[in-house]
Amino acid sequence: MDEGLRSELSKQGVFTTTLEDLYNWGRKNSVWPLQFGLACCAIEMIASSMSRFDLARFGAEVFRPSPRQADLMIVAGTVTKKMAPQVIRLYNQMPEPKYVIAMGACAISGGPFKQGYNVLKGIDRFLPVDVHIPGCPPRPEALIHAFMTLQRKIDEQKLTGPNRPRHLVADAPSEFPVPQFGEHDLVPPSNPKVWQPPKVARS
Amino acid sequence: MDQSPYLFLTVFLAIAVAFPLGPILLARLWAAKYSPQKPGEQKNATYECGLESKGDAMIQFKSQYYLYAIIFLIFDVETIFLLPFAVAFTGLSVGAFVAIMIFLLLLVEGLAWAWMKGVLTWK
Repeated sequence: MDEGLRSELSKQGVFTTTLEDLYNWGRKNSVWPLQFGLACCAIEMIASSMSRFDLARFGAEVFRPSPRQADLMIVAGTVTKKMAPQVIRLYNQMPEPKYVIAMGACAISGGPFKQGYNVLKGIDRFLPVDVHIPGCPPRPEALIHAFMTLQRKIDEQKLTGPNRPRHLVADAPSEFPVPQFGEHDLVPPSNPKVWQPPKVARS
Repeated sequence: MDQSPYLFLTVFLAIAVAFPLGPILLARLWAAKYSPQKPGEQKNATYECGLESKGDAMIQFKSQYYLYAIIFLIFDVETIFLLPFAVAFTGLSVGAFVAIMIFLLLLVEGLAWAWMKGVLTWK
């Protein structure tokens, strides 16, 4: 709908909307996170859902203990190589549309344990992460900011066209391959369709 | 009013059917137009869990759990009867006293039977 016409109508007291806006407005205000925490970031996640920071203001207070009812996976904490297959399997069991917030230094890169033999160096090696939050651990305000960023992202998603999000594309996968906990590393160590190692340009 | 008295029931029934079916129908239409279904092996798994379930659910439990529970229940019921008995003890007739003693005897007999059968020793 034409933006000028809409503002002209709203000046006359006629509120107009589109199906897309209405759909995204409903979706972004009812994101239910999956109730699971991996390490100390989970404590901050719990704090943000409690009364002081009150994630309920954003319609996200309903932490679901089952992936079947969740829209958002907050990867809160260090993902060890032993835990990574379970995290990815939980993600696979969530219904579409689903989103991932990688919370804290560990979840986005391995953080202070990056050199550890048993720590996955970022959950984005296996899952399509929507929002990264740096911090060790991030404050609840940072999680709320990430949540608002995700809401903005949901709000801008198109229903049709080539730029429509992954869950509306019939060919895009809903499940991602679960790595095996191998002898030395996860097998495979990353999902090349989701993550490519950064190219170092040397001159 | 020569309307049928059951007319409003029919209207209620129609609303009651349409109220749940309408949103489901709308959701189906929406899914057919925009959002493609993406079933998968893990998504359709019976148990929603990070770990794959393994083994058989049809396993045998020890009957000792059951016997312990039964014996516990006997003493639980006994306590419920003994408390009012103890409170009202001074005002009771001889017949009531004998009756509660018979009741106690039956319970103790059951315990002695279970003891002799070796139920109380956990093997």
